[in-house]
Amino acid sequence: MSVSIRAAAAAFVASVGIGFSGHAAAQATIKIAYTDPLSGPFAQVGDANLKQMNYIIDFINSKGGALGKKFELVPFDNKSQPADALLALKSATDQNMPFIMQCSGSNIAAALIEGVEKHNERNPESRIIYLNCGAVATELTNEKCSFWHYRFDLNVAQKAEVMARALPKDITKVYLLNQDYLFGQSVQRDVKAYLAKVRPDVQVVGDELIPLGKIKDFSPYITKIKASGAKALLTGNWGPDMNLLIKSGLEAGADLRYYTFYAHLAGGATAIGPAGDGKVFSVMAFSENQAVDIKNAAAEAWTKEFRDKHKFDFYAAGFRTIFELLQTAVNKAGAVDATKIAFALEGLTAKDFLGYDVSMRKDDHQIMTAYLVGGFQKAGVKYDSEGTGLGWKSSATILAKDVEQATICKMKRPPVK
Amino acid sequence: MEVFLVTLLNGLVYGMLLFMLASGLTLIFSMMGVLNFAHASAYMLGAYFAYTVSLYAGFWVGLIVAPIICGLIGAAIERYGLRKVHQNGHIAELLFTFGLALIIEKVVQMTWGLIPVPYRIPAVLDHPLFSIFGTQFHTYRAFMLLISALMFGAIWLALTRTRVGLVIQAALVHPEMVSALGHNVPRMFTLVFASGTALAGLAGVIGGNYQTTDPAMAFTMGPIVFVVVVFGGLGSLLGCFIASLFMGLIQTFAVVLDYSLADLLKQFGVIVTSATPFAELLTIPIPRIGALLPYALLVLILLFRPRGLMGTRDT
Repeated sequence: MSVSIRAAAAAFVASVGIGFSGHAAAQATIKIAYTDPLSGPFAQVGDANLKQMNYIIDFINSKGGALGKKFELVPFDNKSQPADALLALKSATDQNMPFIMQCSGSNIAAALIEGVEKHNERNPESRIIYLNCGAVATELTNEKCSFWHYRFDLNVAQKAEVMARALPKDITKVYLLNQDYLFGQSVQRDVKAYLAKVRPDVQVVGDELIPLGKIKDFSPYITKIKASGAKALLTGNWGPDMNLLIKSGLEAGADLRYYTFYAHLAGGATAIGPAGDGKVFSVMAFSENQAVDIKNAAAEAWTKEFRDKHKFDFYAAGFRTIFELLQTAVNKAGAVDATKIAFALEGLTAKDFLGYDVSMRKDDHQIMTAYLVGGFQKAGVKYDSEGTGLGWKSSATILAKDVEQATICKMKRPPVK
Repeated sequence: MEVFLVTLLNGLVYGMLLFMLASGLTLIFSMMGVLNFAHASAYMLGAYFAYTVSLYAGFWVGLIVAPIICGLIGAAIERYGLRKVHQNGHIAELLFTFGLALIIEKVVQMTWGLIPVPYRIPAVLDHPLFSIFGTQFHTYRAFMLLISALMFGAIWLALTRTRVGLVIQAALVHPEMVSALGHNVPRMFTLVFASGTALAGLAGVIGGNYQTTDPAMAFTMGPIVFVVVVFGGLGSLLGCFIASLFMGLIQTFAVVLDYSLADLLKQFGVIVTSATPFAELLTIPIPRIGALLPYALLVLILLFRPRGLMGTRDT
């Protein structure tokens, strides 16, 4: 017992020590706490994000960082748990970091927004900005919107609109299949809503919710989908629920095209394999082949360098936009001060590295950026995905101005000093 | 009709895959009383070993080699791990296998990475065999059915026609008696555990490329296998077989039956509207809860027939 108390005391002293040294180091670099699952079943996502972010940060730092300081990423594992994300937030604010970044899980994002709001209200001298790099629930920039929250990925409703707009004209019958939880249900609702708006000729012949992560055999669903006469399957499924669904469909030889939100994420290409040639599509922010198609040699060389170093696909062009906007905002603010930077970020516009317009909307802190629907194919693909020989080629690019949906956010801003 | 036929076939294939996994577990569980949490991990290891072997020597070598490696690992686990833990009772064994499952998952993640590996169906089997009403039935599915049927036959023969099998069968029902008669029960434990693990490995070899081979596959397959074992009943291979097919079929058929409790009530003249109490619950269609049906059945059978379908003693 006494040993464990002593150990705990030692750990406490050590953590205090780290806290102080961290504070001192914060003067030298601009620290960004990054929290995502780095262990457990979803660790691959956090791990891949981390590698790409570090690559981008090195690049931004080589371009001078901001105010002569370098950016530095400090990872915290949150094991996909909101409670652990809040612990990360606590560590970040203890060390006076101006930013916390998180990508996976809207439930975690909601907890962080609340935590950040409370912290900033109580501690005006050590405020922190929450950079949301991928939690996409539409509510986060509507009902739950916060001045301290900036979302750098399109939300579900916008992605649904991208999907609806990109649907080829020859497809008139679609089947919706989604996971039975908050995200899946909002995909279901939004896809239907935007299909009705931009493609009134499309008929939804089936609409289904499946229990999250419980189905091991999707062939009965494929039987049902075939019987419905649908020509395209629209799904927000991710992970095994998406991989197994597509595999089942391809194996049954169903005459279907698969429109997904997540097939391009790590593991998707491997699971789908060569059988998916020309049949699987995904709503994505970026594909390495995009740079080739629009003949942007600089962008191509930049992503190729990452691929050469890490042996996996570079998909996080959106992250580069985040850090470029941050760089601009910090320089504009003139100080590493969360409040000033937050105001500087509002309404910021830029060109992303492919040359498309990007803006951070002031009303709700939702980014407006170009998005594409990529098709998984062999022909005309310079950079393949996960060594499968097939890659993602842009089949439709939807510009930022086409996804500017209205917001109901009533932003409360702190008084300007 | 066409949907019925296709669904029946799908249900059979899935049920047989479940059986391959559950048969090993049912032997281990009945004989040693250990609910082996690491069983589905052997399934995952089988898939990964088969993938690695198939890179160098092709699928068919993997089909033989991977289950053998799994069996050897199983034997080692029993001999040097479980046997020591056994003295501390079943709870200790349970916790031991639970810890083992977590460790194996981590080791797999570190060895083969976090994303799925491209373990593919061999080209010989990768084409449609026949097509019913426009839906292709894949050769690989037929192959899976064949392997699992062969396996069922082999276990059946081994248990009923060989001397070791007879002793194992005896040990399933009266372990103390068998040990009192002077048989080397600990060695038999090792044998059963090793073969059970090898069977799970075999299931992994042919299930891994049918589904996907990723570090989460053990975790997602584990619970349903427990349901099958408990539902089928302790000490009964036949019970396990029936339970596997049954679970496979209800899960696949639940998907195509687009009805809800409200539709049932309508037959009796009760119309469910949004004003009806529990309307949310009553209008949930079966497909939405299909995957949960096995667990509901597990609860029911534990309440009303704790020995399972064909079990010879209580769980």
